[in-house]
Amino acid sequence: MDISPTTAPPPPEQAERASATRMGDRIFLGLSKGSGITLLVVMAAIAAFLAWRTIGVLPENEGNFLTTFEWNANATPPVFGIAVLAFGTVVSSIIAMAIAVPIAVGIALFISHYAPRKIAAPMAYIIDLLAAVPSIIYGLWGALFLVPHLTGLYTWLDQFFGWTGIFSYDGGAPRSLFTVGILLAIMILPIVTNVSREVFKQSPKMQEEAALALGATRWEVIRMSVLPFGRSGVISAAMLGLGRALGETMAVATVLSPSLIIKESLLDPGGATFAQNIAAAFKEAGPIGRDALIASGLVLFVLTLLVNGAARMIIARRKEYSGANA
Amino acid sequence: MKLHRTNRLRTLSVGALAVTSALVLSACGTDENTGNGGGKTDAASNINCEGKGNLLASGSSAQKNAMDVWVQKYQQACKETQVNYKATGSGAGIQEFLQGKTAFAGSDSALKEDEIKDSQKVCKGGGKGINLPMVGGPVAVGYNLSGVDDLVLDAPTLAKIFDSKITKWDDTAIKKLNPDTKLPSTKIQAFHRSDESGTTDNFTDYLNTAAPDDWKYEASKAWKGKGGQSADGSSGVASNVKQTDGAIGYFELSYATGSDLNTVKLDTGASKPVEATVENSSAAIGAGKIVGKEGDLAMELDYATKAEGAYPIVLVTYEIVCDKGNKADTLEATKSFLTYAASEDGQKALEDIDYAPMPEEIITQVRETVAKIS
Repeated sequence: MDISPTTAPPPPEQAERASATRMGDRIFLGLSKGSGITLLVVMAAIAAFLAWRTIGVLPENEGNFLTTFEWNANATPPVFGIAVLAFGTVVSSIIAMAIAVPIAVGIALFISHYAPRKIAAPMAYIIDLLAAVPSIIYGLWGALFLVPHLTGLYTWLDQFFGWTGIFSYDGGAPRSLFTVGILLAIMILPIVTNVSREVFKQSPKMQEEAALALGATRWEVIRMSVLPFGRSGVISAAMLGLGRALGETMAVATVLSPSLIIKESLLDPGGATFAQNIAAAFKEAGPIGRDALIASGLVLFVLTLLVNGAARMIIARRKEYSGANA
Repeated sequence: MKLHRTNRLRTLSVGALAVTSALVLSACGTDENTGNGGGKTDAASNINCEGKGNLLASGSSAQKNAMDVWVQKYQQACKETQVNYKATGSGAGIQEFLQGKTAFAGSDSALKEDEIKDSQKVCKGGGKGINLPMVGGPVAVGYNLSGVDDLVLDAPTLAKIFDSKITKWDDTAIKKLNPDTKLPSTKIQAFHRSDESGTTDNFTDYLNTAAPDDWKYEASKAWKGKGGQSADGSSGVASNVKQTDGAIGYFELSYATGSDLNTVKLDTGASKPVEATVENSSAAIGAGKIVGKEGDLAMELDYATKAEGAYPIVLVTYEIVCDKGNKADTLEATKSFLTYAASEDGQKALEDIDYAPMPEEIITQVRETVAKIS
């Protein structure tokens, strides 16, 4: 009878330990619940502040907040609209994603599956370092190095794709939404790469080895086992990157030649983004101007929420592939 | 080939930078020396230190360099007062002043009607905010065009250039104004400010007044013209013009000298084209008149002036204080600092840094008004 009967009272020190554990559990539960609630409260507070100021200023607007191109919120009467800002933000982020995601996935695959360990570790480290560079440094680099060196690429694009209209270029400093997109792509590269790499590393070894045993090449292993497994992870990684690209301020403000006009060509200087416009217009803004900028901030806030929501939906729909069920 | 050229350009610009900074540094050096030789004691005796403590002010970035010089000289004499001027921009400056956070504000444009009304809350005892024109500055039109060091333009041509109606440097309109200059067919890249700014306000006011047929937009702090490129701040515009061949942009004269850029001479209708210089802009300010009432010295400039040697694109920046009912603890210091700024010494200090002193008849009125502040 080594196993004690259930009816017997537990020895005193055991009871103490059990209640201590229960106490620890309760504290931990309280802490984690508290943290979760704090997050919701902070988000709600931001949303409420933005919404409150927005409701206050919208009736003052002489233009249509959603469709007006002009941003002249300090004038009397104030006129402001987010059409150009929304266009610039979305377009530059899409360009950034189109460039960054394939490259990031490539780097992640290389580090996790191709590179010898001697190269993979320093490379991962360098990618990590890219994330630590402040955005103003990217801005300076972009303005002083990237912009002067893009003329060649722009001329080439104009020569071969100029007929599409969106890639026509007529000389001039290339401080356009396309340049912003390139710079943003470099900026979001580390986060997309890192998350993708982690996901690829988690892909089930057994499946990979089984595929190899069946005679698959390494590319086939990646295509059939690693990529389907990592898809939802890559999508979340991309969305994290997109989140950064949507809200990037200083780098965009430094590189772009802002104007409140939507240009037909992506290579023409002009356009503006939410965050860039807030940074540029804030210092000379009067009370209405400031609230108008806050209203535009609310739109960016909602836009970011929508993007994240969409990402969640995509991930949920592809759950069957994800690592959770593997 | 192209690569070679940009490299050479870069080397050139680095060299130019080195030379200018050397010049600037040596200029500072000589200034210091003469100051020590006697100017300093002179200045010290001319500054009447009254009040002590912290004097906060904020506003226009266009007068930041002027403020820096004044503050430095003032503090040398008056050790018990700390003057702190934050160049937050005119709008923010007026805002902070109206909220009672600062003793005075610097602004590129005079207070508006409703701002004067608001100021009565801060200025106790029936006082109100008044504008004191203190610093003038030529807004230079700088350009970067290889092979061209001398360029004359007039208001209609400038308006067309900045509105993207003239797009090549060898346009007939420009050729007509510069018969002796060989103009390349480079594309014109017109740079304007991306942020709202008093400089833009003055520049567009000039275009609108002097060339109403070609510049249909009203004067405003936000840029309204079509096309062109934009950059943040005068420094941003100047550095972009410096970088780009075929570029033209507008900024305070100090930025043009700072980046070693050529400036446009204006054909105003006077017998000779006028250059953007400190003296010429003082002359143009003198052609304007004071329109403020009851102690307010807000000015209206005559942008269409044809007076000989008057450079019409000028910026006048104001200090904004209460005429009555300033805060008791900063009143003495404010008065003493502004008295120095408006004094002969204070105004003279502006010339060294490419700002224009106020003409005699205006600064006399400023001095009288400052003396009456309570």
